[in-house]
Amino acid sequence: MADLSVNVCGVDFKNPIIPASGVFGYGREYEEFYPLSALGGISTKGTTGQLRTGNPAPRIAETPSGMLNSVGLQNPGIDAFIEKELPNLLTKDTVILANIAGATAEECAEVASKLDATDVHMIELNISCPNVKQGGAAFGTSCTAAAQVTAAVRRATKKPLVVKLSPNVTSITEIAKAVEAEGADALSMINTLLGMRIDVRTRRPVLRNNVGGLSGPAILPVAVRMIWQTANAVSIPIIGMGGVTTGEDAIELMMAGASAVQVGMACFTDPYAPVRIVREMDAFLEENGIASVRDIIGSVQPW
Amino acid sequence: MKYTQGKYPIMEKQAIAEDTFSFTLLCPEAAAIAAPGQFVHILPAGFGLRRPISIAGIDREAGTLRIVFAVRGKGTKALSELRQGDAMDTIAPLGHGFTLREDAQHVVLVGGGIGVPPMLPLAAYYGERSTAISGFRSFPQVILQSDLEALGARTILCTEDGSVGAVKGFVTTPLEQLIQEGVDQVHACGPMPMLRAVAQLCIQSGVPCEVSLEERMACGVGACLGCACKTKTADGEEKFLHVCKNGPVFRAEEVCW
Repeated sequence: MADLSVNVCGVDFKNPIIPASGVFGYGREYEEFYPLSALGGISTKGTTGQLRTGNPAPRIAETPSGMLNSVGLQNPGIDAFIEKELPNLLTKDTVILANIAGATAEECAEVASKLDATDVHMIELNISCPNVKQGGAAFGTSCTAAAQVTAAVRRATKKPLVVKLSPNVTSITEIAKAVEAEGADALSMINTLLGMRIDVRTRRPVLRNNVGGLSGPAILPVAVRMIWQTANAVSIPIIGMGGVTTGEDAIELMMAGASAVQVGMACFTDPYAPVRIVREMDAFLEENGIASVRDIIGSVQPW
Repeated sequence: MKYTQGKYPIMEKQAIAEDTFSFTLLCPEAAAIAAPGQFVHILPAGFGLRRPISIAGIDREAGTLRIVFAVRGKGTKALSELRQGDAMDTIAPLGHGFTLREDAQHVVLVGGGIGVPPMLPLAAYYGERSTAISGFRSFPQVILQSDLEALGARTILCTEDGSVGAVKGFVTTPLEQLIQEGVDQVHACGPMPMLRAVAQLCIQSGVPCEVSLEERMACGVGACLGCACKTKTADGEEKFLHVCKNGPVFRAEEVCW
């Protein structure tokens, strides 16, 4: 077996695979299929300062090689997360990334400061949710706003801080550099691409929110490109995601520059996807005589 | 174990009406724990999302589950083209099913269109204590009437165009009449307008009513929060519950119609 362990800004992962925020809840539902300790880490459902009810249904639409979602950050709020979910998650022998979001920089900072007092391993600041009216992607699409919210959260916590970037921007590297300059320890990318479908018979958008975030295999090439560009522009590590379905997809994101990989929509297609991907990565490394998965990070040889 | 995923072989396939198919899957571990009103989540090969399909029959002895579905799009079309001996990639059983009322003397099972199949396991449970009212657009869509009768249910067939059945029109007409005669429980599944009308009638008449809802779904297990359903508590507080985990069966009075 190859060495699958990785380290992201000082945090050790037994393997690089992490179910992405929003697809995995707090892990309870997938624990029916396999022990959560088989995972490198878990990125928990995006949590805000107060309870959020989310958007009306339909929130889901299938698309060619992907899907749209507009859940809208439905979550019980940070206090309920810390009280009811986090203690259980911290017993699971896997790295816990608490994904947080807010309508304002102050809200994000408040949520982060509450987490700072817990044993959570990392904070993943979502500045890129396309499904909420305030905050969300508005932070992630302007360098100034991205820098401000990162700075506010940085002041609120000493935990390793991962900032999750939006792909819905002209220059991902400018945003990445702005976030790095304000003290982010790592980046995670890419969040969903903004999309829309229309039911041509009713002339109504399929999603009740009209627009939603596109994920799934359709966005893999966008993720590879953005991770590669960003890895060449910043010196902090990147947790890659976007349409990863197989071990080779994960290897591809790592060759582009990612130090670890999140898995989203593939969990819906195959609930075992994260553990299968770990197995497939191991097989790839064995077959190619690569002793450690760390050796492939950023190893693409561009023309 | 609450649910499991597997590639379950198709033991039997039947075309039972226009674009409507019945499949029997060999899945002993799921059949052993499945309950009326639960559903299975099936992946058509080559697609990214699974299709939720209600359970239409549970045979613990044979270790099989029966599903009946209509072709609605490319995914269900692909599933309908599978043959006996092929396997269906399935997560089962999922969701919170119907409350089985041991004490009930007369239970009415209201099914509309492709909402009729989940009434079968209920008819199997209640037998002669049940009346099944089924509504369809027209004769070509009519399914499962003899199956319901074989399980002991009295059947009342309604078609919108009157092409077949005792009632021309909607399921609410015979339901209203039965309620006057005495009904202890209503279980319903079908299109939203039908469910809304059935729920309203039952709430007005004080008859306990459960409805099985449908929504676009991703994970099927309660993690992704995709299949939201707006509900209200007794003191009027509104919140989104989820069809896959909290449902698909809800009490009529908790749904925000």
